[in-house]
Amino acid sequence: MAYTKRFDGRKFDEMREIRTEVGVIPNADGSAMFSFGDTIAIAAVYGPKPLHPQHLQNPQKGIIRCVYDMLSFSVTQRKKPGPSRRSQEISKVTEWALSPIIEIDEFPNTVVDVHIMITQANASTRCAGINAACMALAQAGIPMSEMVSAVSIGKVDDKIVVDLIKEEEDYEDGEGATDMPMAFLSRSGKISLLQLDGKTSPEKLKEAIEAGEKACIRIHEEQVKALKKIKEEN
Amino acid sequence: MEVSNLTKKRIIDYMKEGKRFDNRELLEYRDIKIELGVSKNAEGSARVKLGDTEVIAGVKLEIGEPYTDHPDAGTLITTVEFLPLSSERFEPGPPRIDAIETARIVDRGVRESGFIDFEKLCVKKGEKVWTIFLDIYSLNDAGNLIDAACLAAVCALKDAVFPKYNEKEERIEYGEFTTKKLPLTDATPITMTFHKIDDTLLLDPAREEEDASEARLSIAVSKNKEARVNAIQKGEGTAFDKKEIFRIIDNAVKKSSEIGGIIDDSVKAREKAKKA
Repeated sequence: MAYTKRFDGRKFDEMREIRTEVGVIPNADGSAMFSFGDTIAIAAVYGPKPLHPQHLQNPQKGIIRCVYDMLSFSVTQRKKPGPSRRSQEISKVTEWALSPIIEIDEFPNTVVDVHIMITQANASTRCAGINAACMALAQAGIPMSEMVSAVSIGKVDDKIVVDLIKEEEDYEDGEGATDMPMAFLSRSGKISLLQLDGKTSPEKLKEAIEAGEKACIRIHEEQVKALKKIKEEN
Repeated sequence: MEVSNLTKKRIIDYMKEGKRFDNRELLEYRDIKIELGVSKNAEGSARVKLGDTEVIAGVKLEIGEPYTDHPDAGTLITTVEFLPLSSERFEPGPPRIDAIETARIVDRGVRESGFIDFEKLCVKKGEKVWTIFLDIYSLNDAGNLIDAACLAAVCALKDAVFPKYNEKEERIEYGEFTTKKLPLTDATPITMTFHKIDDTLLLDPAREEEDASEARLSIAVSKNKEARVNAIQKGEGTAFDKKEIFRIIDNAVKKSSEIGGIIDDSVKAREKAKKA
C-alpha cells in the first residue's frame, strides 16, 4: 500500500495547527509555549546571569546552556524521569540550533539557561522545543541577530510530508519512514539544525530541505505574531 | 576549542589557498588502515587508524529479551568511550556528551541502513533474541574520532561470528566460536563528517583542524544498488548554507564508494589470513 493519504487527513505539505503563547512562566526572564497539534513544548529562559561553577565561565563571552527533557507521562509508555542519552543529545543539538542567533559576547562570564520541557508528545518534540525556546529568548530580551524556526520533515514511503506525527514516524510499508528535523534562521536562511534517521535518496533529501525552508517561513510568522501580541498587551 | 587563535588563523589562511598543514586536499582522508580480528575473545573486532587517530571496536553477543514492540527482532546496544589514555582531554568517568553523541551517530548509521538483519537474530519470538553489544574505544585522538568510530563499528560487525550456543542448557559457550557470521546485508553504512572552517568544507580533520572547526555535518550513506542517506547529524553552533549542505550530500555519495572499497579489501585480507 502506497502512502497516498495522511493518517490525519492533512495535505502532504500541511503542518498541524500551530498554537503559541508567550510568557507562560512568570518567574522566568522569558518563556513560551509552542505546539504542533498534540505536541506541546514549553521553554523558560533565565539570564544572562553569573555562571556557576566558576570554572565554566568564559571571560570573553556569555554562553548558552540548554536542557531538554520530557515529562514522564508525556508519552504513551512512561518515560523514566531524569536525563537519558537521547535527551542529552537533543539538549546539545538544541543548543547548537540556537547558538548562531544569540549575541551575548557583551556578557562575559555569564550564562543564558534555556529549559525546555515537553508536556505532551506526538513527534517533532525537539522542533517544538526550539521554536518555543526562540520565542522565550526574544521575550527575555536576549540580543539576537535573527530568529530560528524548526520543523520535522518526513519521507513516508516515497512522499515528502511536512510536520510528521508519531504514526507516520512508525510507518513501515514501502520505503518506510525517514525523519528529518531541521531549523532555518529567519534572515540569512541558514540551517542550524539538521538530523536524519531512515533511508532516503540524495535527491529526496534535497527536496525535503526545500520543503523545510518553506514551512519554517510559516512558523516564523506565527512566532512573530505571538511576540507582537504580548508586546501590545504590556 | 583548545586551539590557539594564532593557529586557527593560520589554518584559515591555508584553507583559503586550498591547502592544509599536512598537504592533503580539503576532502582527502588521511591514510585509512583497517585491521579485523584484533581481539581473540570478542565475537568480532577491528582496529581503525586514520593517520594517527586510532580506535578499537569489539562485538560481544548475548542472549536477551526482545523489545515488546519488536518481539521477533534482535537488539543492538552501541557504546563509545573516549579513554583518558587516548588524550589528555579525556577524563575518567561515565561517557560525556561528546562520547554519547558519537555513539548515537554510529548507532543510527548502522541501524537505519538496514545493515543488520535484526529479524534473523531471533531465537524464540517474544522471549529470546541475540543482543549485539557494539563497544568502541578511542586509543589515540588525533582528530575525527567520529568517522574512525563508525568505520571500526562496521568492520567489527563484518568480522563477527556467533559464539557456540548450547541449546539444551540454553546458554552460550563463551570462548568457543562457530563459523556463522552475523546476518548482514550489502547496505554497509559509511559515515563521513564534513567540517566547516571559514566557509570552506573539509573532511577528516586533524586535531588542530577539528579544534578550529565551526560546524560539522555527519552523514551516513549506504549503497545497495543505489545510494541512500541513512543518518545525518549537524554539530556545533554555527549554521550551514543550503548550498553547502547540498554540496556535502553530493560529495558524501562520491566519497562513500572510495571508503567502501577500503573496507572490502580489509575484509578480504582477514578472510585470507583465516584460511592460511
